Amino acid sequence: MTGQGRDPAFLAVRDLTKRFGGLTAVSEATFDVREGSITGLIGPNGAGKTTLFAMIAGFEQPSAGLVLLDGEEITGRKPHDLAKLGLARTFQIVQPFAGLSVRENIAVGAFLRLPKRRDALALAEQVGQRLGLGPQLDKPAAALTVAGRKRLEVARALATRPRILLLDEVLAGLNPSELRDFLPVLQDIRAGGVTILMIEHVMQAVMSLCEHVHVLAGGRIIASGEAAEVVRNPAVIEAYLGPGAAQRLAAHA
Amino acid sequence: MTARETLPILGFLIGAVLVSLFVTSNVVLNFLVFTLILAIAAQGWNLLGGYGGQYSFGHAAFFGMGAYVSAILQQRFGVNAYPAVAFGIAAAAVLGYAIGAMVFRAGLRGSYFALVTLAFAEVLRILANATEITGGAAGLLISLNLGAGNLQFADRSSFLILGAVLLALAMLITLALEKSRLGAQLVAVRENESAAAALGVDILAVKLRAISLSAALTGAAGALYAQYFLYIDSNIAFGTWISVEALLAPIIGGAGTVFGPLIGALILQGLSEGTKLLIGKIPGLDLIIFGVLLILVVRFPLHRIPGLLAARWRGKGAP
Ligand SMILES: Nc1ncnc2c1ncn2[C@@H]1O[C@H](COP(=O)(O)OP(=O)(O)OP(=O)(O)O)[C@@H](O)[C@H]1O
Ligand SMILES: [Mg+2]
Repeated sequence: MTGQGRDPAFLAVRDLTKRFGGLTAVSEATFDVREGSITGLIGPNGAGKTTLFAMIAGFEQPSAGLVLLDGEEITGRKPHDLAKLGLARTFQIVQPFAGLSVRENIAVGAFLRLPKRRDALALAEQVGQRLGLGPQLDKPAAALTVAGRKRLEVARALATRPRILLLDEVLAGLNPSELRDFLPVLQDIRAGGVTILMIEHVMQAVMSLCEHVHVLAGGRIIASGEAAEVVRNPAVIEAYLGPGAAQRLAAHA
Repeated sequence: MTARETLPILGFLIGAVLVSLFVTSNVVLNFLVFTLILAIAAQGWNLLGGYGGQYSFGHAAFFGMGAYVSAILQQRFGVNAYPAVAFGIAAAAVLGYAIGAMVFRAGLRGSYFALVTLAFAEVLRILANATEITGGAAGLLISLNLGAGNLQFADRSSFLILGAVLLALAMLITLALEKSRLGAQLVAVRENESAAAALGVDILAVKLRAISLSAALTGAAGALYAQYFLYIDSNIAFGTWISVEALLAPIIGGAGTVFGPLIGALILQGLSEGTKLLIGKIPGLDLIIFGVLLILVVRFPLHRIPGLLAARWRGKGAP
């Protein structure tokens, strides 16, 4: 945090900690997300990224620490209250309403701000088209491909008209051409004024989308900075490849 | 809800009026009135169970509440039948809200929810059997006082129309719910609670509204039952039989659909009466046949084909 003028953090996470019995999944995580940015959250498997999202979005109670959204403390509030405040999340393991059509799935999100069915369905249609789900709108959600289900996760969240979107590995499992189609969609969402914090393993996407990246390993934030700079950080390399890896890589170079 | 969507309900009402005009057999009329009462109770269950995925095994609690409150007000306090029935329905709704507040706040779902609702109904049955105001084990008679002003009719065909109007109302309420924000959120809760919460659905609030409305409808069926038979006791009003009927009818006829409860109630009652009629002489055999037919109907839901076709057709036509 800077002392000059307004705190630039739109989402501020302070010393956030989650213990599951003896296991500390997230340990004193502190980081900021700037308004209007696409910020990445990367880290090896089991680092605690999803748990961190779950705490921010109200699905898990933090053992300690604070979350602030636009300066207001929101720690431990209910998920539906946070959605009303403009914080939406997607699930790493997709959670479609399997018995409903794609359109009806998205409409559930749209109903958050639009009480009338006609308006909610219209917004669902519009968001569905925007995410390339147009041809599938009347198909059951259960019939979607992996890529389709990921898009549906984003579409539903977007239909709640959020101020900030937390995306948990929405690009995982997509083939290169699906990936190429999806990146501009995310940029377009940000251009529409939605701040994005995304967990992502696909480094190509992180490098091209995120202006800022935080690295979580073993439950701790071990590095923060520009994407290109962070991936060269020896601590980050070791977190992914094991101790001594940075040195070995440097020796080979 | 558009005019076109209400047409099938209007069709049902016209059909019921025609039947009341031309059918004179008391046996048939009795069968139909009883089926309509069951269908209304089942429509209540359908709201919470079919649309909301919360399978109650204790809707007798609401049926009995509607029946007892309206009967006690008339018989013990001299209240006119119309406000008495209205109070009965309201009392059932309040009971629904209270049970929901306890059970849903505690986070009970699935079979836990089913068992706890069953327990509530059983407790009420035992209480009604033991207290004085309910008439205890002897039950409660509503004095015969024929006249539309007292909601008592000498002829069964008038009751048929009354039951059909009430069921049509229940179907309209269900249809309106289906097309509303609450309905969409309720179905979302049924499909996936976490996903619903992430999209801003207040799960507890949605479930509480659903169980109150559900209890009110089933309570209305209870009050209508009391008005038709002019007698209730604890085993009728709070008995497990009505919990089972209210749950089976929508499951057979199509849970989460507007016409499912009526279709299911007709099939259930048809099977039950049909087997009794055909093989009533050998005790117990009718029940065995009924059971086998029930399994077949649940296993091969042929009667749901029209509904499925209609859903496909709607899916293509609607925006
Ligand atoms: N509800 C829970 N109870 C106990 N342990 C949990 C729970 N949720 C997560 N964990 C543990 O916390 C750790 C962090 O898990 P988390 O899913 O947050 O990691 P992640 O960074 O999202 O991993 P991935 O990249 O594989 O998705 C893991 O060791 C996991 O087993
Ligand atoms: Mg994860």
